[in-house]
Amino acid sequence: MNDARPVGDSDLLEVRIGRKAFRSASGEEADVLCDVAFTLTHGEVGAFVGPSGCGKTTMLRIVAGLDPDFTGAVARPAGAIGMVFQEPRLLPWRTVDENIRLIAPAIDESTLASLFATLGLATHRSHFPAELSLGLARRVALARAFAVDPRLLILDEPFTSLDQPLAARLRDELALLVDRRPVTTLLVTHDLDEAARLADRLFLLSARPARILATLPIRQPRAARTAADIAALKAAVAQQQP
Amino acid sequence: MLRLLSLAVFFATWLAGSALAGEQMLPGPLAVAGAILGEARSGALFVNLGATLARVLLAFALAMTLGTALGILMGRVRTADRLGDPWLLILLNLPALVVVVLAYIWGGLTETAAIAAVAVNKLPTAIVTVREGARALDPTLDEMARVFAMPRWRTFRHVVLPQLLPYLAAAARSGLSLVWKIVLVVELLGRPNGVGFEIGIAFQLFDVTRILAYALSFTAVVLAIETFLVQPLERRASRWRLRPA
Repeated sequence: MNDARPVGDSDLLEVRIGRKAFRSASGEEADVLCDVAFTLTHGEVGAFVGPSGCGKTTMLRIVAGLDPDFTGAVARPAGAIGMVFQEPRLLPWRTVDENIRLIAPAIDESTLASLFATLGLATHRSHFPAELSLGLARRVALARAFAVDPRLLILDEPFTSLDQPLAARLRDELALLVDRRPVTTLLVTHDLDEAARLADRLFLLSARPARILATLPIRQPRAARTAADIAALKAAVAQQQP
Repeated sequence: MLRLLSLAVFFATWLAGSALAGEQMLPGPLAVAGAILGEARSGALFVNLGATLARVLLAFALAMTLGTALGILMGRVRTADRLGDPWLLILLNLPALVVVVLAYIWGGLTETAAIAAVAVNKLPTAIVTVREGARALDPTLDEMARVFAMPRWRTFRHVVLPQLLPYLAAAARSGLSLVWKIVLVVELLGRPNGVGFEIGIAFQLFDVTRILAYALSFTAVVLAIETFLVQPLERRASRWRLRPA
């Protein structure tokens, strides 16, 4: 029942996944996603929070168009997709600069320079990925996603396995980039704090097979959120979860 | 330093062997050097080395180009692998001599037949090596290229090719030495010039000096290609690694 609706006839991201199952090596089918449906408007940041292994990455792969094997339909905004995977996925044989320019050949020097400056990469442009720390490599992946001037930004736990202060800094840099040029963003994380600081809307996912348990809109602008607001949000989320 | 010492031992052994077996069976390094100089002065050395080198390069380029294309196809497409695998097994086990003789019978004693025969001998090993590389391609980078809608040619050039490079280098290494050995057989059997032809003549005259003179000259050419072309290219291609393998 895949809809034949053309992708991107509006600025909306519309996702309706009826069912997604994986077949195991022994031939058994296991449901991963079940009735996950939502819509993000232009410039909206939606954050999905759920236990690890619940199928968040599977959902992102479907939204990104990497996995056509599901029932339902996905309509993406027309234009480029910027994606940050769980691992940086840089080309090890190309420099930081080349990694970005190969993906975004149309980018002009001043845009690129300001992107590198925002993410603290200005001194690493001629380095190869193997010469970077994981934190730097993740920043390059973030820069690459923004460099294509995306209409849809997909972030798959972009700051996992980084130490807390660095993750917080990168999160603020990301908030800055999203506020500067609004882009429809889909973020998946198991870190509630990260979601509460970045999202316009929170989606709580159940354990496998993942369903949307609750949706929480956040009305305060990102920059104005205080620690107390975040704590209140987390309390609200805790109420939703049994 | 160790390499030089090893080379010195090689020449010492050669000299000793020559003294034991006699100049007739194994001429010493000086006699062979003299023969090389003589052939060089008459110009015959360069004509023959040039002819052989041209055949080596043509057959090598042909086999590597076809082998890379077919190897990638068989490494990526299951059906192509299933269809191609029996052919590959037959080609791999076909003796070089059979291919050469059949090529000359079917194609006549021509340059085309000679080069095709050599290329066919090298082709299956190139396919097998490149196929291994194509099977080992990183799917996560492929997904990255797809999400970012990288054009096909750019994906091939910057994502796929660098991953295949170690396999291509291995195929080229073994290929160069294999090809020049088979080119000599081809020349011996049906060409009017080249190192193989000269060695054939020398064999009929039992002229060991001349055999060694031509064999060593061409070995030097192959060594030069390896040192000044293959190795620098490999170093350049692997400069992104922290510790070159």
